[in-house]
Amino acid sequence: MKEEHKEGVQGHEGGAHGHGEKYKFGMVIDLDKCTGCGSCMVACMTENNVPYKKNETNKLDSITWMRVFKATNGKPYPDTDICYFPRPCMHCEGEHGHAPCVSVCPATATDYNYETGIVSQIYTRCFGCRYCMAACPYHARYFNWWDPVWPDDTKESLSPDVSPRMRGVVEKCSFCFHRFQGARDKAYAEGRREITENEYQTACTQACPAGAIVFGDLNNPEHKVHELKQSPHAFRLLERLGTNPKVYYHSTRSWVRRAGDNYLTNERSK
Amino acid sequence: MLPFVFEWHWDLGHVVFHGGLWYALSILGIGMTYVSVKTYFDVKRGGH
Amino acid sequence: MDSALIPKGLKRCPFPQFALWIGAWSFIMLWAAIAAVIAWAYGLNTTNLNDYFGFGAWITADLAIIALGAGAFFTGFMRYVLGIDEFKNILNYAVIIGFICYSSALAILALDIGQPLRGWFIFWHANVHSMLTEVAFCISCYFTVLAIEYIPIILENRQLDKVPTLHAFSHNLHHIMAVFAATGAFLSFFHQGSLGGVAGVLFGRPFAFRVHASIWPTTFFLFIFSAIACGPCFTILVTRLTEAITRKKLVARNVILKLATVSGWLLVGYLSVKMLDTLYWAAVTLPKMGVNFFDMYPQAPFNLWILIAELGICGAIPAAILITKKTRENEFLLILAAILNCTGICINRYVMTVQALALPVMPFDKFYNYVPNWIEWITSLAPFAFMAILLSLSYRYLPIFPQEKELNP
Repeated sequence: MKEEHKEGVQGHEGGAHGHGEKYKFGMVIDLDKCTGCGSCMVACMTENNVPYKKNETNKLDSITWMRVFKATNGKPYPDTDICYFPRPCMHCEGEHGHAPCVSVCPATATDYNYETGIVSQIYTRCFGCRYCMAACPYHARYFNWWDPVWPDDTKESLSPDVSPRMRGVVEKCSFCFHRFQGARDKAYAEGRREITENEYQTACTQACPAGAIVFGDLNNPEHKVHELKQSPHAFRLLERLGTNPKVYYHSTRSWVRRAGDNYLTNERSK
Repeated sequence: MLPFVFEWHWDLGHVVFHGGLWYALSILGIGMTYVSVKTYFDVKRGGH
Repeated sequence: MDSALIPKGLKRCPFPQFALWIGAWSFIMLWAAIAAVIAWAYGLNTTNLNDYFGFGAWITADLAIIALGAGAFFTGFMRYVLGIDEFKNILNYAVIIGFICYSSALAILALDIGQPLRGWFIFWHANVHSMLTEVAFCISCYFTVLAIEYIPIILENRQLDKVPTLHAFSHNLHHIMAVFAATGAFLSFFHQGSLGGVAGVLFGRPFAFRVHASIWPTTFFLFIFSAIACGPCFTILVTRLTEAITRKKLVARNVILKLATVSGWLLVGYLSVKMLDTLYWAAVTLPKMGVNFFDMYPQAPFNLWILIAELGICGAIPAAILITKKTRENEFLLILAAILNCTGICINRYVMTVQALALPVMPFDKFYNYVPNWIEWITSLAPFAFMAILLSLSYRYLPIFPQEKELNP
């Protein structure tokens, strides 16, 4: 992936080790809009050739790059309230790209791209030690416990842009990186050096019927996410751990914001 | 492992890590070579 | 039948009895081999590991076995570097135990990775900032050292020793063994430490994360300390067990007691810093992450009892027994203390692996339990069978106990 960046359309101010960022792709998810329908999960699986099992009842070993978690305020009826947390990979930046998973991978099979802020996974290099999974507090990383098998009639609908993964390696959400590559190629062909906000959108963003997911460049003031992340109601999951995620959540309900992180018993939430 | 792997870059971590590693490997290598060579000459001389 | 191979002047059981003994343990090895083939052929879906428990019985076994095998490098360190001469009487055995522990750990690692054929990527594409990379390099280098230390012991076999080249080779190897032992100690110190680092650097896992001294979390130092505190006890246990099975005195009592004393004081030292580390973690590290100490011990088996078992029952009690002359000299209490000490370290390795993963970090996430299945159990326990076989073979055909003749006139 890195090699492709070297020849990318962008200039090189975001060189691999300069720690300057050309882009910083991220999401803002409005939890007050999310109905928990799961369209994002379905779109993600289809887009990224995510394999599935014949029997999907055991969720502890099935792969869901985007997964919708359910949280409740713990109060009895009629005060009970629920909230759904769609959880893609957070593409943590940590401190200077020191994401929890990137720093631990012994074979450099996962990488923090300083040009896009995307945490990649190199499937052909991963040897399946699962240390990155132990490191990720969001459970955003999944292991291929089985060989990927698609029923014959569904093989035709696999995406040619995303390589399928083999048994024994770890995979996770890539912010639909292939779409970024596509958008960049198109821009290059048209003689442009920049891609527009609409040209690169993730599958989950486009699939959300409620429009709860907004995707874009967090550094770019012209992108919607730039403004949305600054809302006083915006927060990130487990921010206190220092993971520095690029996925923001938004909710006007204070208990939802509190559910996004750990607090001591009498501590006030953010 | 080796500097021609494409993401290789020199930093303090590499120097410390590979310094320690090759230090240990050198001792093992030199030690075993010494023992083998000495054995060869000892046997040739008909010692022991 | 095999009397030509048995060291001169030493008595060993009749061959059929020996064959039966080896056969019984080989059966377990065969069982484990079948389990390993199943896991390799059909993938890790044949285990009870899952996305919440990426690490389980295998990594626990791995960490525990490495800690128990620490007797090898530490006895070598005390004998060659510190110059405590008595330990030469138990060093051979400690080295073989270490060799068995390390080879078993490597075998378990080969099972645990999803793509075993790509195992060498950890060297080729090494990320030097990963603790696991440090582990991999240290384990393979130190395994080489253990093999080098084992070679002269093997070459002392009566028949092999007759070959002039082998005799000279063994003699020369002995001559510079201190160099290898010192290198081994250096590598093994780092290996134990980096295994601790594996858990301590996980800043996404409040249970495992520890404050850092320079680039190393405190677990780096605690793992070294705990390993050298329990390794000698494991050597004592195995030696005593060997003596019970062979109905012979193999190592003089003063050597065992000295080793026990060293182990006891190291355990006292380890427990003191471990307590301080736990207090700092509970009072400073966890609150910064917004986590209450008691949230880390929510329910069985991960309630406060596991902490009490680790540091109290299997920590303070054996430490007290081992440092007190009167209790240490009582055979029953000595063995009890050694067992408790080893158990305590196994609990520590278990919680740093499994409990660290079991506790949900996202407030709305669920707590799941994990119980290994037969494939994980048998392959995790197979090292004991391997140990029984290799130790028996070594004991029968090699003069590994310098004091055996003198103690069994």
